[in-house]
Amino acid sequence: MKYRYLPTTDQDRQEMLEKIGVRSIEELFSDIPSQIRLKRSYQLPEPLAEFSLMKHMKQLANMNQSLEDYTSFLGAGVYQHHIPSVVGHIISRSEFYTAYTPYQPEISQGELQAIFEFQTMIAELTGMEVANSSMYDGATALAEAANVAAAVTKQKKILISGALHPESREVLQTQAKGFGLQLIDIPLVDEVTNLEILRKSIDDQTAAVIVQFPNFYGSLETFADLAELIHQHKGLFIVQANPMALAIIEPPGAWGADIVVGDAQPFGIPTSYGGPHCGFFTTTKKLMRKIPGRIVGQTVDEDGNRGYVLTLQAREQHIRRDKATSNICSNQALNALAAAVYMSTFGKEGLQQVAKLNYDKAHYAAERLTSIPGVSLVNQSPFFHEFVIHFSKPAAAICRDLLSKKIFAGFDLGKIDLTRNHQLLVAVTEVRTKAEIDQFAVALEGVL
Amino acid sequence: MNKNTPLIFERSRKDRIAYSLPKSDVPTYAIPDELKREGKAELPEVSELDVIRHYTELSRRNHGVDNGFYPLGSCTMKYNPKLHEDVARLSGFAHIHPYQPQETVQGALKMLAELQKYLAEITGMEQVTLQPAAGAHGEWTGLMMIRAYHESRGDFKRTKVIIPDSAHGTNPASATVAGLETITIPSDEHGLVSIEHLRQVLGEDTAALMLTNPNTLGLFEREIIEIANLVHQAGGMLYYDGANANAILGISRPGDMGFDVVHLNLHKTFTTPHGGGGPGAGPVGVKNALVPFLPSPIIEQNEDGTYHLKDGLLQSIGRVKSYYGNFGILVRAYTYIRTMGSDGLKKVSENAVLHANYLLASLAEAYDVPYKGYCMHEFVFSGKRQKEQGVRTLDIAKRLLDFGIHPPTIYFPLIVEESMMIEPTETESKETLDQFIDVMLQIAKEIEHEPELVQDAPHTTVVKRLDEVRAARKPVLRWRKED
Repeated sequence: MKYRYLPTTDQDRQEMLEKIGVRSIEELFSDIPSQIRLKRSYQLPEPLAEFSLMKHMKQLANMNQSLEDYTSFLGAGVYQHHIPSVVGHIISRSEFYTAYTPYQPEISQGELQAIFEFQTMIAELTGMEVANSSMYDGATALAEAANVAAAVTKQKKILISGALHPESREVLQTQAKGFGLQLIDIPLVDEVTNLEILRKSIDDQTAAVIVQFPNFYGSLETFADLAELIHQHKGLFIVQANPMALAIIEPPGAWGADIVVGDAQPFGIPTSYGGPHCGFFTTTKKLMRKIPGRIVGQTVDEDGNRGYVLTLQAREQHIRRDKATSNICSNQALNALAAAVYMSTFGKEGLQQVAKLNYDKAHYAAERLTSIPGVSLVNQSPFFHEFVIHFSKPAAAICRDLLSKKIFAGFDLGKIDLTRNHQLLVAVTEVRTKAEIDQFAVALEGVL
Repeated sequence: MNKNTPLIFERSRKDRIAYSLPKSDVPTYAIPDELKREGKAELPEVSELDVIRHYTELSRRNHGVDNGFYPLGSCTMKYNPKLHEDVARLSGFAHIHPYQPQETVQGALKMLAELQKYLAEITGMEQVTLQPAAGAHGEWTGLMMIRAYHESRGDFKRTKVIIPDSAHGTNPASATVAGLETITIPSDEHGLVSIEHLRQVLGEDTAALMLTNPNTLGLFEREIIEIANLVHQAGGMLYYDGANANAILGISRPGDMGFDVVHLNLHKTFTTPHGGGGPGAGPVGVKNALVPFLPSPIIEQNEDGTYHLKDGLLQSIGRVKSYYGNFGILVRAYTYIRTMGSDGLKKVSENAVLHANYLLASLAEAYDVPYKGYCMHEFVFSGKRQKEQGVRTLDIAKRLLDFGIHPPTIYFPLIVEESMMIEPTETESKETLDQFIDVMLQIAKEIEHEPELVQDAPHTTVVKRLDEVRAARKPVLRWRKED
């Protein structure tokens, strides 16, 4: 059988074999002992032609209910936002998506410059001085941040707000084993970090304090002089943030964070069942040489023209090998490009406007939903575009009932905390209309 | 083309916009003063055409597989089928949320469950996790499982990972991040694992041996059966770095070679695009003994034929990434396997190996071959002879840019002086290979007769060689608005 991705004809093969000086391709595999040769075919389905395969894939896709078919109030770390048309067109340019890591800068200036711009934009939004070129996702970026803190402070204790995304907490737990980090959970008051306990827990063995902003329950916590206290004990202040919120909310860089990580998914990256998204890592100039992963820097060529290269590579695994504190090699560059195009498209004014629209829609929704008897707002602190409501019934039952009305009502908090099984985490972004929010409220009234 | 492309910030003009937002249909709510951002992030203000022109211009300053030959060793820069891009963008794949009820994502779960099965069959493993986001992430996941396995047996002294000196840098780095120590063993005179050295370092502290097979020199570890026996006799596990799996599809399975853990780079062997550095995916397959340690979650089929996400078992290493891996990449790899089937995948490796040997045979007189014999899907030249003529491998790489060819991987593996690692892949035609041969022979001649032509290369690119020392000494990692 012939394959459209394999151009070598029988004649080509013959000519190549002659040049090599063998009679068959089989001879080229003579180094592989016969005991370990596969003497049968793989048990795989027969190959499909493009037309049939597309049909099959559409069938699989159609077995899923997409966010375009349902009215969704799901968030919990992954958000449905409008993706401007230009984003898809740019990242579909194959000069970008079929390239590898820009090891040869002379023919990779496009990618390098785009990432340099991404680094600038993310640093601007978080209020930090420098950013890297991307990480796998927000959770792994956070785990890397904890490792950096341990390496810099030579301490192992990591204090973690109870309002951190539970999956980030789990990834931290897995990763912590490597460098023997000690994770200490700080309890909540209502839906925010218990600052009193947190402050008392900070000591000279503290490598880092980790909080999330807005936190997992949507709340915008204020940390006053927490950074100073952490710094007095020579620890680092690490914040996992949603960059969309930072367009209008005072960013962690302004309140003393040492490392701000998060996921740029809200910026032009489809939800895609949770990946690929785009972790980001930002920090201070002081910690610049401790950053994991690739970083693009500006320089000049032999003629003095401005250009860009991968830089500070002495930090990375291919140079440091077993002395490296991170093993990251591949990252999420194409999604960083998508985020950069998104940020360019919305720009200085537009990003504030879209963020404010998220804020307003969520606040309208909270007002509308909590006007229903039996529904109350759990958040005691201000929130951005996500909040928690409480019912007299289990949230799981409500989600199930609303599903039949083609509504994804939100994230049932009972899934992560049984004491919260009457609570629903609701996200409202700019794509939801007032009419949809009102329909959600009416439907909710009907099932309570 | 312009020598300098302005930064998008430099194109910015106040009051231009490239976005459209609906008029708000809800009241305005005030942000509390203490939370309000002071000052705006310095993002550009440009029109939609400005955005398009800017990024189009940048794309023209970039070389991808679609632009030309890309024989970057160990990276498997093969053609990225266009169908996969269309499939990944189907609404039912691109716009589903990780926390949707599982009954609303049965198509996604079915695809993932089948992919787990296909990859287990291809690698000869019992089960596969699709969680890891990249090869290095897979390495670390595999090593964490190996560590958990030993510790579950009360064996806490197995802290050493044996790694050949020809290995990728991610191998030792992954060991470190998994809390294990690396023992590097030298390669023998054939470029293979030195059995003698391996025997010396194996012992009660051995957690694992990590091997790339074929190795980074493009050579198959002929003694793999003995190597596996030795490692297992010592109580260690055998880890397969799948970076070079493009050589063995349908030919030999890591599970049958004796490996206990395998990661695959779907962005290499299974055609998902490299995206300028990512996203990729690094699924990990394991034999029975390691199944209890797989990360959460695994996709399983129910008795009624539906699918569900299953949390890791009691001994699971936990979660290694949010949600369910790089789903959009997994969809593409699945599509590829369904295009090729068993027969097609075998032809992939046959042609990849044929192409590499054809280049090797055609260029072996002009460039030094450090290890004789047939290669697998890639091979390594040494630029030693050329260095003696005053031209370094870096110069040869830069000269290739003038011909529109992406250079091979250079100065890796570290054990070959002035190394050039060449991987043509199966998707290139003989004409492309012949053109590469002609160019490499021409450069060899230039080195003899006009070395400065090579030393001063590239001549045709948008920028000349860049000052990397300056970039690292005085780092400029972002643009700043001038006051």
